Amino acid sequence: MKTSNVISYFKIPKLSYRVWRVWRRDQDVFMKTYKVNFIPPLVEPVFYLVGLGFGLGGFVQPQEGLSYIVFIAPALAATSMMFSSFFECTYGSFVRMYYQKTFDAIIATPLSLEEVIAGELLWGATKSLINSTIVLGIISLFGLVSSPLFLLIPPLSFLVGLLFSAIAMCFTAIAPNIDSFNYPSFLFITPMFILSGTFFSITNLPQAVQTVSNVLSPLTHAVALTRALTVGRFSFTLLLNLSWFLVTTPFFFVLSINLMKKRLIK
Amino acid sequence: MTSEILIEAENLTKKFGNLVAVDNINFSVFKGECFGFLGPNGAGKTTTMKMVHCVLPLTVGRLTVASMDVTTHAREIKKMIGVAPQEDNLDPDFTVFHNLIVFARYFDIPKAEAQKRTNELLKFVQLEEKRKVIIDQLSAGMKRRLILARALINEPQILILDEPTTGLDPQARHLIWDKIRSLQKQGVTIVLTTHYMEEAAQLCDRTVIMDNGKIIEEGKPNELIKKHVGEEVLEVAHDEAVLKFLRSAFPDARLEVLSDRIQVFTNQPRGLFANILNKFSFKAAMIRDANLEDVFLKLTGRRLRE
Repeated sequence: MKTSNVISYFKIPKLSYRVWRVWRRDQDVFMKTYKVNFIPPLVEPVFYLVGLGFGLGGFVQPQEGLSYIVFIAPALAATSMMFSSFFECTYGSFVRMYYQKTFDAIIATPLSLEEVIAGELLWGATKSLINSTIVLGIISLFGLVSSPLFLLIPPLSFLVGLLFSAIAMCFTAIAPNIDSFNYPSFLFITPMFILSGTFFSITNLPQAVQTVSNVLSPLTHAVALTRALTVGRFSFTLLLNLSWFLVTTPFFFVLSINLMKKRLIK
Repeated sequence: MTSEILIEAENLTKKFGNLVAVDNINFSVFKGECFGFLGPNGAGKTTTMKMVHCVLPLTVGRLTVASMDVTTHAREIKKMIGVAPQEDNLDPDFTVFHNLIVFARYFDIPKAEAQKRTNELLKFVQLEEKRKVIIDQLSAGMKRRLILARALINEPQILILDEPTTGLDPQARHLIWDKIRSLQKQGVTIVLTTHYMEEAAQLCDRTVIMDNGKIIEEGKPNELIKKHVGEEVLEVAHDEAVLKFLRSAFPDARLEVLSDRIQVFTNQPRGLFANILNKFSFKAAMIRDANLEDVFLKLTGRRLRE
């Protein structure tokens, strides 16, 4: 591939306040059915905490010095960041783009396609914030939050959600049909869900898997940060975890917008 | 009608890879007129519309709207255009009323003003009682009317209607035509595409006929009819003897021989066919007015497209 071709995937999009119009549209839809939308983040963590935390936790030795239920609780908030934003910008965005033609309708107004996609990404990040904050509420009701720094988790969840949204949007831009989301869902999301220090410390894994998890899995970094802010345990590596997001998020944000432009504007 | 040019295309070309969808076309649309793009499916009408309202970049040529270049002033141009696309892209997540409110937000129309306009527009397209209904429950005709209302939310100077009545029943079609005429009276410039010749004849001041990406003819509907197919058409049942007779009786005429009928076109004035029918009798003979469909079929042929 020629250099100029590569550069065309990283053209900085021109955005205006209008991205919030798209965000507002998605928020309007969400609020119309908010009762249904709140079921997953309210119900899921309860079952994980009761089933895995109390049930399985009785057999499991402490992980990284934390009792099992304390160890998994923050991971539930982190995984909800991943699931909510990733599925919003794969299945959700694909339906709006392909079946509902919503993007076509919007770009006939003063908004540009770049702004439409950016609005979708910001909404995906917002879904991450909403869902993970609800999960955080549930785990605090279980008494599993021990540091006031947990207040930093909502802003973190927006950043994490923005990255997962952007990665999701890259898949949406290249997906030939809605069934092809099975590839990223089962080859990217599922392994991350299991192998990112969520339900057991990654130090239990073979070294090679640990390395892959540390280098390639955004969830590993999200879990580490969320856990640290929930229990108030700090180390230098947290800066690395945060830097990981600060580097990859703008990269995928810009890439996803350009990929979508190539898909939709011939 | 003033002769101020509102939309102007020079050597406009659009390629998708190797496919030339729009092939070096030139046209001007004047302020206040209703301008029609006619053509079979795949002629390049919709592609041309999409370049005019700035959602599709052009490959070659120059295209201006209100003297602004579409490649540099997309935002300004889109503000002054209302678009009713061919396909239904109403927002199924919202009610009729909320569809218009959300759309108004994209144009930065303040909330109170948006509600006022929405109420007026729903009245205009006769959908007031459906304001709380979800889009799925609307009929095809209601959806088209709502799409028309949505295209008017920004009080556009130019209204683009891409096949506004395709698939509608006669009642719904006439209602849409009525609305289009009343908008034109209010001074809105209308650009429409259609493959219904009756629609073009009813509504358009001027038309171009497109085929294979090219403009093959342009003019006022009546003048095109007169120029290409004359005033009247004689149709009789297909019969070899009759065909032979017609050929000798009308040496200058163009005969279109179909499986069950013969059509005779002539540029002679009215009355010629009536004379013949007075003297001879043919099976299933009838004289009718020549129409734009005759022009269209003459120019674009009877071969099926796509």
